[in-house]
Amino acid sequence: MTSDPIEKALLEGLARNDRAATTTLYREHFGMIQALILNNNGTVDDARDVFQEAMVVLYEKVKSGEFELSCQLKTYIYSICRRLWLKKLTQKQRFLPELEGTDSWIAVEEDLEHFEQQDQAFHLMEKAMNSLGEPCRSLLDAFYLQKKSMIEIASVFGYTNADNAKTQKYKCLTRLKKIFFAQYKNLEV
Amino acid sequence: MREDMQLLEAVERYLNQQMSQEEKLHFEQLRASNPEVDHLVVEHQLFLQQMENFGNRKQFQSSLNEIHNDLVTKGEIKTVQPKVKVIQLVDKYKKVFALAASIAGITALAISGLVTYFTPKSNPSDIAQLKKEINTVKISQKQTENEINTLKHAPNRPAIPGKFGGTGFLIDGKGYLVTSAHVVAKADSVYIVNTKGEYFKARTVHVNDHTDIAILKIEDPRFEPVRHLPYGIRKAKADLGEQIFTLGYPRTEIVYNEGYLSAKTGYNGDTVTYQIAISANPGNSGGPIFNQHGEVIGVLSGKQVTAEGVVFSSQSKNIFRALDSLKQDSSTTIRIQSNSSVKGIDRVMQIKRIEECIYNVMSY
Repeated sequence: MTSDPIEKALLEGLARNDRAATTTLYREHFGMIQALILNNNGTVDDARDVFQEAMVVLYEKVKSGEFELSCQLKTYIYSICRRLWLKKLTQKQRFLPELEGTDSWIAVEEDLEHFEQQDQAFHLMEKAMNSLGEPCRSLLDAFYLQKKSMIEIASVFGYTNADNAKTQKYKCLTRLKKIFFAQYKNLEV
Repeated sequence: MREDMQLLEAVERYLNQQMSQEEKLHFEQLRASNPEVDHLVVEHQLFLQQMENFGNRKQFQSSLNEIHNDLVTKGEIKTVQPKVKVIQLVDKYKKVFALAASIAGITALAISGLVTYFTPKSNPSDIAQLKKEINTVKISQKQTENEINTLKHAPNRPAIPGKFGGTGFLIDGKGYLVTSAHVVAKADSVYIVNTKGEYFKARTVHVNDHTDIAILKIEDPRFEPVRHLPYGIRKAKADLGEQIFTLGYPRTEIVYNEGYLSAKTGYNGDTVTYQIAISANPGNSGGPIFNQHGEVIGVLSGKQVTAEGVVFSSQSKNIFRALDSLKQDSSTTIRIQSNSSVKGIDRVMQIKRIEECIYNVMSY
C-alpha cells in the first residue's frame, strides 16, 4: 500500500472502521484542506463537505483492497480534495478557475471516476430506500444494515413470529429491488 | 409467492455461505440447470453488494460527522475563517482611510436622508405577527378556578394560561433558546414547555426588535442540559427554492410543516428576513426554519395579511449577530455549532431527534 509503516497502519485501521485511526487521519489532514478551500472562495462548511467526501473516497478505496499509493498520503488527500473542489467551482461558475495553492498534487481522475459510479449507486439506493416508506424502510435497515436477526426484528416491530416478519421482509425487499434496478439499469449504459 | 420467497431466501443463504455442504451441492445443481435461478443469484449478489456499500458508507459518513464535532469541541481542529492580510496596510494608509471614511459617511447620511424623504410609507399593520392573543375575558373568568387546580396538582406550572404563546428552540445545550422578539415583548415573565409538557422558567437576556430575535436563558434547576444538539445554525445565506421545514406550537401539541424558500428578502425588500412559503399559524412565531440537512436557516416571524401564503422568517445570520452583541453587553459567550448531525437521514428520524429541543414559549 504505502512504504511508511505508520500510514500503512492508519489506512488498515480505516478499512476496519477503526474509530481512532479515522480520528487521527481527520485531525492530521483537515487543517490543510480547510486552508485550501478557504483560500479559494470556499467557506468552512464547504471545507468540511469536500474533506469528508475525500475521506469517503479513501475509505472505499482501501476497503476494496486495491489501493496503491504512489505518493505521500498527504499528497493523495490533497489531490482528491483539489479535484473535488475544482469540480464544484466549475459547477458554480461557468469558466474553469485556477486554484491557488503551493502543494504538489497528482492526477486522480481515474480514482474519482470509479468513485462517481459508486456515488451514483449510493444515491440511487438512498432514494429507493426513502421512497419505500415505513415500516419497510426500517425493517430492511434492521435486517441488512444493522444485521439483526429475524427473531429480534419480529419482537421489535411487533410481529407475532419470525415467519410473519419474513413474509413482510420479502414483500419489502421485492419492492426495493424493483425500484432500485429500474434505475440502476439506466446507470450502466 | 410462497415459492418465490423460499427461493430468494435460499439464494440469500447461498450467497452468505450459510448452507451445508450437501445443500450447497444441491443448490448449485439447480443453478446450473435453471438459467432463471442463475440470473436471480447474479442479480441478488449485485444487490447485496450495493446494499453493503450503502450501509458502510452511511455508517462511515455519520462517524465522520461525529469525529468532526468531537475534534471541534476538543479544540483539536479549528473551523474559523483566517484573518485577511489587509490589517498590515491599515497603519500605512491611516490618513487616507480616515479621509475616505468621512467622505463616505457624509455621502451615506445625505443619501439615507433623501431615501427616507422619498420612500412611500408602508403600512406596518400589513404584517400580522403570529403570536396568539388569548381572550382576556375568558382568562378572568376561569382565573380563580385554574389557580386553585393547577397550584394543587403541579406546583411548577404557572397558574394562568399565558398572554402570548410562541415557539423557541435551543441553540446551546446549557439552556439558551432563540425565539422571536415579539413573542416575549412586554412580558413580565416567560415560561417554556417541552414536548413532554414540563414547564421551565426562563429569562430574556437579549432582544432585537429590528431583526425580531430574542435570546432566552432557562433558569430552572430542573432543566437538564443537552449534550449535543442534533442541528446546527447556518451562517451562510440560504438558496432560493431550498426545501424547508419547521416545528412549532400553534396548538399545545408540536406541529410539523414544510415548504420552500421563495425569496431571499422579506417584506418590501427587507434584507434581514426571507420570504418563505409554508403554512404558519399564530403560535408558530419563533420556530426554527430548517433546510433539508437539518440546519437552521431562519426564525419564523410573521405573515402578510394582504397576501395568501406569504410568510417571513428572520435570517439565521441575525442569531450570530445577537450573540455578538450579547457578548459585548454582558460578556456571556454562547458557543453554537454550525454542523448538523441529522444530515442525510430520513425526515421522520430527523424530527424525532430535533423535537426535544423545540419548546413552547409562554409569556405573561
